[in-house]
Amino acid sequence: MLAKIVIVGAGPAGIRAAEVLAGAGLQPVVLDEARQPGGQIYRQPPPGAERDAFTLYGSEAGKARNIHAAFGRLGKSVDYRPDTLVWNCSSNALNILHKGRQGIVPYDRLLIATGAFDRVIPFPGWTLPGVFTLGGAQIALKAQGVSIGKRVALIGAGPLLPLVASQYLEAGADVAAVLDVTPFGAKIRALRGMLAVPEYARRGLSLLLKLKKFGVPTAYDVRAIEVTGNWHVDGLKWRDGAGRWHRIACDAVAASFGLKPEMQLADLAGCATYFDEATRQWLPSLQAGGRSSVPDVYLAGDCAAIGGADVAELTGKRAAYSVLRDLGIGFAADELKGIETTLARHTRLRKALDAAYPFPTHLIDAMSDSLTLCRCEGVTVGELRASYVKTSAPDVNRLKAFTRVGMGRCQGRVCGAMAAEILAGQSGASLPDVGRLRGQHPIKPIPMVV
Amino acid sequence: MISESPQFHRLAERSGEQLVITVDNRDVAVRQGDLIITAVLLHQKAIRRFEFGDGFRAGYCLMAACQDCWVSLGDGRRVRACDTIVEPGMEVRTGIFNANGKTENC
Repeated sequence: MLAKIVIVGAGPAGIRAAEVLAGAGLQPVVLDEARQPGGQIYRQPPPGAERDAFTLYGSEAGKARNIHAAFGRLGKSVDYRPDTLVWNCSSNALNILHKGRQGIVPYDRLLIATGAFDRVIPFPGWTLPGVFTLGGAQIALKAQGVSIGKRVALIGAGPLLPLVASQYLEAGADVAAVLDVTPFGAKIRALRGMLAVPEYARRGLSLLLKLKKFGVPTAYDVRAIEVTGNWHVDGLKWRDGAGRWHRIACDAVAASFGLKPEMQLADLAGCATYFDEATRQWLPSLQAGGRSSVPDVYLAGDCAAIGGADVAELTGKRAAYSVLRDLGIGFAADELKGIETTLARHTRLRKALDAAYPFPTHLIDAMSDSLTLCRCEGVTVGELRASYVKTSAPDVNRLKAFTRVGMGRCQGRVCGAMAAEILAGQSGASLPDVGRLRGQHPIKPIPMVV
Repeated sequence: MISESPQFHRLAERSGEQLVITVDNRDVAVRQGDLIITAVLLHQKAIRRFEFGDGFRAGYCLMAACQDCWVSLGDGRRVRACDTIVEPGMEVRTGIFNANGKTENC
């Protein structure tokens, strides 16, 4: 009997993995929470909202078309199940929800390609209507052709910032300011490393030139941010490196500070993780070929390590080849060799990007007691600090039990890392010692059928 | 005003057929292919009340991760506004308005 292989996620990693496995005649199951393949980066607008690929994806239009076409060609050689939420994993089976009905999908091999989510750092006003993540601002434009506001301020600490800014400008949006909370000098110093993938360095430079051409106010090394407004956003205050405050009128703000892997499912599958000091976050422990610490579970794309869409295509294929090898199925090794060579260059690029956009800890140091940290349950920074004083909770899971932080609908996806930062700051323990919120099922809300 | 001016603005014209749904019993013109969050925020600045304190919310991540945009529908379903597409005649209930059809103080 054929091994049953299940891929979770149909972004660039999941699609390329499916292509390799289908090519070997294995008919993988592809479970996709979205209604159409492409993931977030190559997300397709719903029927009725279609626009041409260049308007949607800009310089990446060719890659988007290729990915969508590649998946289309697979036809019946994959068992594609869109609109299917995977909410738990145990004993080599996934619990799923599709159109309000639950089901169980067993697997022999599981390939997780669940992508990434914006890294969030709370600041005053971040829960007001009109504040979104940078990823969210991009989705609004890509999937719906709308701007998140009439006049938009963009704030970030990663390559997504100039990308979203240029996409908004090209689409005709009024961009009030582009504020990078990391220093410009860090990018200059990292330039050499970025040349490991010359195409990427060129693309980055052309984005910066575009911002200049449009004449948008741009600042680096932004030290503090504060969204103003009583019931919704009416402006933004920010402090520059010299300590001067600036004020901008705007009705929307998009802010986030890099990306983090969506690894709840890998966590439930038992995959080991480690704390990566360079990017100050937890990542899944990866072994050769995209294997996880669990023998029959493989990781690909941004949920394995943040690398972007091009890397996701490559790691998707690589993980699929590892599945074939572990099943004892032969394949021509030439392509795999090429993939490893290209990935090595991308690893150098990623190191340079991490150095160009260091995680902005000054924004964490600035968090005051009155700030809402957990937006689901309304738990404040002060409540977390007071809880530590009272309970001496040694790790973030204990802190969760005492304060409800991370217990809301998002399951700590948004606030978990920041709760750990607050606990570490208050207790003097290191971030690895404070730990991370354990994955809990259901990893997203599901209806309760009595 | 939370209730009267839009948060989102259309930048791209597209073909999708025009539909009517209701948001808190008001008729709202939308397009086929609009997500509920788009449909609502093209007409007002928030999508729900914050249930544990003052204030309103308008979603946050738009990719079904943060769970900030749950709304009720007339048929009893509760859905995420950022990954549910409008259907003709859909009744969206945000809970923003009081019995007089007004939001207070904002």
